[in-house]
Amino acid sequence: MEHKNPTFELFGMYGNWSNILMLAVTTLIVFLIAFIATRNLKMKPTGMQNFMEWIMDFVKGIIKSNFDWKTGGRFHVLGITFLMFIAVANVLGLPFSISYDGVLWWKSPTADPTITMTLAVMVIMLSHYYGIKAKGMKGYAVDTYLKPMPFLFPLKIIEEFANTLTLGLRLYGNIYAGEVLLGLIAGLATSSAFGFVGAIIPAMAWQGFSLFIGGIQAFIFVMLTMVYMSHKVSTDH
Amino acid sequence: MSFDYLVLGASGQDGLNIWDSLATLFFFILLMALLKKVAWGPLMGIMTQREELIASEIAAAENSRGESERLLEEQRDLLKEARTVALAIVENAKKQGDASREEIITIARSEAIRLKESAIREIDTEKERAIAAVREEVVSLSVLAASKVLEKEISEEDNRALIEATIAKAGEVN
Repeated sequence: MEHKNPTFELFGMYGNWSNILMLAVTTLIVFLIAFIATRNLKMKPTGMQNFMEWIMDFVKGIIKSNFDWKTGGRFHVLGITFLMFIAVANVLGLPFSISYDGVLWWKSPTADPTITMTLAVMVIMLSHYYGIKAKGMKGYAVDTYLKPMPFLFPLKIIEEFANTLTLGLRLYGNIYAGEVLLGLIAGLATSSAFGFVGAIIPAMAWQGFSLFIGGIQAFIFVMLTMVYMSHKVSTDH
Repeated sequence: MSFDYLVLGASGQDGLNIWDSLATLFFFILLMALLKKVAWGPLMGIMTQREELIASEIAAAENSRGESERLLEEQRDLLKEARTVALAIVENAKKQGDASREEIITIARSEAIRLKESAIREIDTEKERAIAAVREEVVSLSVLAASKVLEKEISEEDNRALIEATIAKAGEVN
């Protein structure tokens, strides 16, 4: 149950091979899904093309609920990639986890706070970047930090950090908790024959629920990304 | 059972996993760039294309509906015109029929009058001739009779002149 991580040190910076491996696997899977689904595109969509188009329209709907499409359209690719990347990453740890010599190799990459916080910081940085790009330095500073009331300035600063933290840690917490519980159920299943029988139903239930949570969290992440973007980019809200 | 491993950052190492962050960024941005090129781009392209196709199809349908409405209107106008023309033709024919009937009747009437007149004329001539014939017959009979009565042979010419004068007097009385 107590897993070590395959850490390494390079140029005085730490890393975790299992995270990097799982990120690579996630990237590969998402790429293959999207690549295979968009081969042989047709005017009358069939099969996987329908699915991908549904995802596109879904993200388009999320964006449209926050911006008008003219300003929000450029975030479409970001949104779709986020949705698929996070959903796949969330689900990867569900069917099994692999540990070798007490070192955990296979898990959800999003069950690691470093990765989710990286994504969250990236989103927040992007939102600031696009805010400056859309309004200019002065408009961005006034709109972001001095509205609606100048005396709320300290709170606005805190809000930026709180947004980043909650965005990253919400995802991490949900997925990590799911993996921990799955680990506990798996521990019960391997303890005895009796425990195995007892663990079947909870394991299936929790895996189903984790699948659901994985999807929901991916959706929430994309939704909040677009909300933060629109707060910075849109002039009226 | 220890729950120490549930504690955040419990992997026992100190410091932030910078490589993990870099790897996350690297993989995510790589994925986004690749997919934009090979998947999202073409997919968005085909979706836009489809939107355009639908829009153009709708426009075409609208156009052809307008066209067919225009044609229908045209046909209706033509039909109306044809009906008017047909009515006029029938009217004309009726008028012409009336006219020719009048004409035929007039011709027939004049012909009848002419026939009647010629018949009357013929009857007159026939009557004249008959009267002349009868007169001659009467004259010769009278001459015969007179000559029989008188038994005396007077000159035929005198006799005849006398008798004809007598008969002419009688005819005038008639």
